[in-house]
Amino acid sequence: MIRYFIKRLAGAVPTLLIIITAAFFLIRSAPGGPFDQEQTLPPEILANLQTAYGLDLPIWAQYGRYLGALARGDFGPSFKYKDFTVTELIGQGFPVTLQLGALALILALGLGLPLGTYAALHHRSAADHAATSLAVVGIAVPSFVMLPFLGLVFGIYLHWLPVAGWEPGSIRHLVLPVIALCLPPLCIIARMTRGSMLEVLRSQYIRTAHAKGLPLRIVILRHALRPALLPVAGYLAPAVASIMTGSLVVESIAGLPGIGRYLVQGALNRDYTLVMGMVIIYSALLIAMGLAVDVLYAWLDPRIRFGR
Amino acid sequence: MSTIHRLRSNAGAALASGVIVLLVAIAVIGPWFNPNNIESLDWAHVAASPGLTGAHWLGTDRLGRDLFARTLEGIRVSLAVACAASAISLSVGIAYGAVAGYAGGRWDQLMMRFIEVLSGLPLIFFVIFLTVIFGRSRYLLFLAIGAIGWLTMARIVRGQTLSIRQREFIEAAVASGAGTGRIILRHVVPNLLGPVIVYATLTIPQIILFESFLSFLGLGIQEPHASLGTLIAEGAGEMEAAPWMLLVPGGVLAVLLVCLSIVGDGLRDAMVGDAGEAT
Repeated sequence: MIRYFIKRLAGAVPTLLIIITAAFFLIRSAPGGPFDQEQTLPPEILANLQTAYGLDLPIWAQYGRYLGALARGDFGPSFKYKDFTVTELIGQGFPVTLQLGALALILALGLGLPLGTYAALHHRSAADHAATSLAVVGIAVPSFVMLPFLGLVFGIYLHWLPVAGWEPGSIRHLVLPVIALCLPPLCIIARMTRGSMLEVLRSQYIRTAHAKGLPLRIVILRHALRPALLPVAGYLAPAVASIMTGSLVVESIAGLPGIGRYLVQGALNRDYTLVMGMVIIYSALLIAMGLAVDVLYAWLDPRIRFGR
Repeated sequence: MSTIHRLRSNAGAALASGVIVLLVAIAVIGPWFNPNNIESLDWAHVAASPGLTGAHWLGTDRLGRDLFARTLEGIRVSLAVACAASAISLSVGIAYGAVAGYAGGRWDQLMMRFIEVLSGLPLIFFVIFLTVIFGRSRYLLFLAIGAIGWLTMARIVRGQTLSIRQREFIEAAVASGAGTGRIILRHVVPNLLGPVIVYATLTIPQIILFESFLSFLGLGIQEPHASLGTLIAEGAGEMEAAPWMLLVPGGVLAVLLVCLSIVGDGLRDAMVGDAGEAT
């Protein structure tokens, strides 16, 4: 098990390196540079700036320098946000984004799993039909439509919650963004749980468990839940990816000071180091999630743990 | 029971496809009944609220542009992008998957490994990069979005091809001396169409969603043209003063996506039923 994990961890490093390399050369190949402004700078100043940031070196030398700095944990200075390093910018925004994303993921799992199980247990009941139809809507309506709509209803008409904005430590400002962000993954998780739970409940060993007189609660929790969770565990990495991309727009609509804005703005401004920092953070998160899923799989399915 | 028959008996899917046809019809013939076009500015009615009696049925935006005309344009653009992008992902996915599945062995492993690596990457970032680097043209948008969809399509096609390869008529074709290219084109691909069509129907809403997402970020369709995503982005900014600017395109997008996914799901269920009966 531990060896398996270490092997996967070692495999993640080249993946990250490939992503970093591809992103580095892609963004450098974009026309324009970080110092393009309305007024063109005098050539002497531009040359000075480029020397200061190492942009006058050949691209391979820049790449080597960047990797070297990265190995020391240095993401470099931002080109557009003067006086800030990329580490500082991301360090300021990341807690907000993390809070938003983690809450959305917890809510999606915490509500999606019980809802799906409930629907499976009451197969073809009115509640099941209602939940299944609502899930179709929840999956199809994107968060950037849902959030303004929620803001309109609960913020502008009912005055229950703030439409946008942010105060450190305030949960009220996070409620609507979290709801909008978690709805699509929540509905997908509920639908998957319902499907796999229905399948598991039909199997022989569940019938045996019922037959030997176990209470329903024990049958579900001890016997049915674990195998039913397998497909849901496989969906976790895509769920995190969808929450991360969703958070790009949700943060901008809700005016949250997260790191979402840096990706698109950084790319448009040719703020090379900032974009690279964002890509690295996001890819590392995704890869870590993939590893976590592997571990979860092994725990859920002993066949994986003990080799096939 | 045939697939078509089973799909017809699915009331939800029938209703949903009716709604889609209606929306498309309105989007196509609507401009003939609407005196306003997408670019004309009506300074007398800036941010006017909707009303059937006025000159603007669904109101106007900040610049006095007719929201009805712009929403119809948005539907047309979103659907056009979706069709073009799924055509791209369809052709690349079918070609790649069919070759990998038919070649089998080491080639198959290598090609599938490549797909595995690609689908592990956060492709959305690369789409953002591409649109930033090569400017924001409509054709690049098709390409970039199509480039995402083909991975799953290739996987599905490859799986199907693996099983088709074992069938007698392929053996017969090989025996009668047909070349590999001809077998793939004339014998494998036509037999793939069922599952491919189902998956394509399921991708179209995802592509529309993705296009609106990019347009919302300002990376997709550019002014004065509009897609549902750009209209929603404009509307979200004017939510307090002019809620219809958000509700009209947002509602249309939501209805379109819900109906498309209901039809896709219905089609999939109908096909799965077919396969189940055959065995």
